[in-house]
Amino acid sequence: MSEKTTPLWEVFIRSRNGMAHRHVGSVHAADAEMALQAARDVYTRRGEGLSIWVVPSAEIVASDPGSKDMMFEPTGTKIYRHPTFYDIPEEVGNM
Amino acid sequence: MYTQALNNLEAVSDIEDAERGAAFQARIDNEEKIEPNDWMPEGYRKTLVRQISQHAHSEIVGMLPEGNWITRAPTLKRKAALLAKVQDEGGHGLYLYSAAETLGASREELNEQLLSGKAKYSSIFNYPTLTWADIGAIGWLVDGAAIMNQIPLCRCSFGPYSRAMIRICKEESFHQRQGYELLLTMCRSSEEQKEMVQDALNRWWWPSLMMFGPSDKDSQHSAQSMAWKIKRFTNDELRQKFVDATVPQAHYLGLTIPDADLKLNEETGHWEYGEIDWSEFARVLKGDGPCNKQRMKARQKAHEDGAWVREAALAYSEKKKSRRGQQAA
Repeated sequence: MSEKTTPLWEVFIRSRNGMAHRHVGSVHAADAEMALQAARDVYTRRGEGLSIWVVPSAEIVASDPGSKDMMFEPTGTKIYRHPTFYDIPEEVGNM
Repeated sequence: MYTQALNNLEAVSDIEDAERGAAFQARIDNEEKIEPNDWMPEGYRKTLVRQISQHAHSEIVGMLPEGNWITRAPTLKRKAALLAKVQDEGGHGLYLYSAAETLGASREELNEQLLSGKAKYSSIFNYPTLTWADIGAIGWLVDGAAIMNQIPLCRCSFGPYSRAMIRICKEESFHQRQGYELLLTMCRSSEEQKEMVQDALNRWWWPSLMMFGPSDKDSQHSAQSMAWKIKRFTNDELRQKFVDATVPQAHYLGLTIPDADLKLNEETGHWEYGEIDWSEFARVLKGDGPCNKQRMKARQKAHEDGAWVREAALAYSEKKKSRRGQQAA
């Protein structure tokens, strides 16, 4: 345990063209290049991806689940942001 | 004054914890997934770290009995399949370590627990692989039992564990099929090879049943794990499912299950099996199985032999960083 620890990286994979990169897990690696190689070996053994991102886990800033309400609750009452809030007469047709 | 104040604080936090605990259980009952940064009871966190890391250790140690046969596989096809399977086990171990680390355990800590013998891994991997038929038996029985255990874990209440299990289950089906196909080929080849398969079944059957863990009446963790929806079925329920699925598969191969008490209960439709030798289970778990020492030694050696690689990779990364720093200055 006296050894220096190998940094943790979060792995994101784009499964198909047109799709966003999606978080799949993490790997340990000494540098970015090795993190990419490890991510390829661990997370794409069956053609799961076309592209990989690796991001140092320590660099990710996350919102606190405890302040979920403060963060997201206000939009719950803003129903006028949705198209169904507005009445359009039927004879106007689809809009 | 000081002590009293402290006591008050503790009392307050106990009430808070009780409230949070009730809210937490309500989320679980509502089938919500718990994510790493969410509040959770310490017991839930500890149980998961223990279970996920032991599961990861089992995958990693599980590479050893099969890796033993890679160089001796009878054909290139079988060799490629076995190599891919062992690579998968390594990958599964890493998905699971990654899930355990979201709970605040470090990889170094988990690894240390395995190497020091403090953490357990599945007792099945302490049995030797004596013949090529054992490779088929492992795929069919050991991976078959693992799948029974793992499918309900895909619905486990902890998000990262559940997601890792979904990936693992997708990949695991190939493991079982290649094993069964291997055995089928041997059973159809010659009497001698079929005997080899029967011998493998004789040795792997009971240890495979033990993979589901102690009987429900002796299982210390079951009830709480079920309430937290980490577990969905009891050990005995899963064991019965496995026996029911596997007995007809053995008959198809023309093999005999090594259990004189095995019989089909026509009413329930279940195969009833004989008493498991729990003293053997306890012995192997405690470290006195046929290969416990060998497995631990192999893992310790791999870790020690890899130390210079980890150090060199980190030193190189430091050097690159400091060079970049100099150029910038």
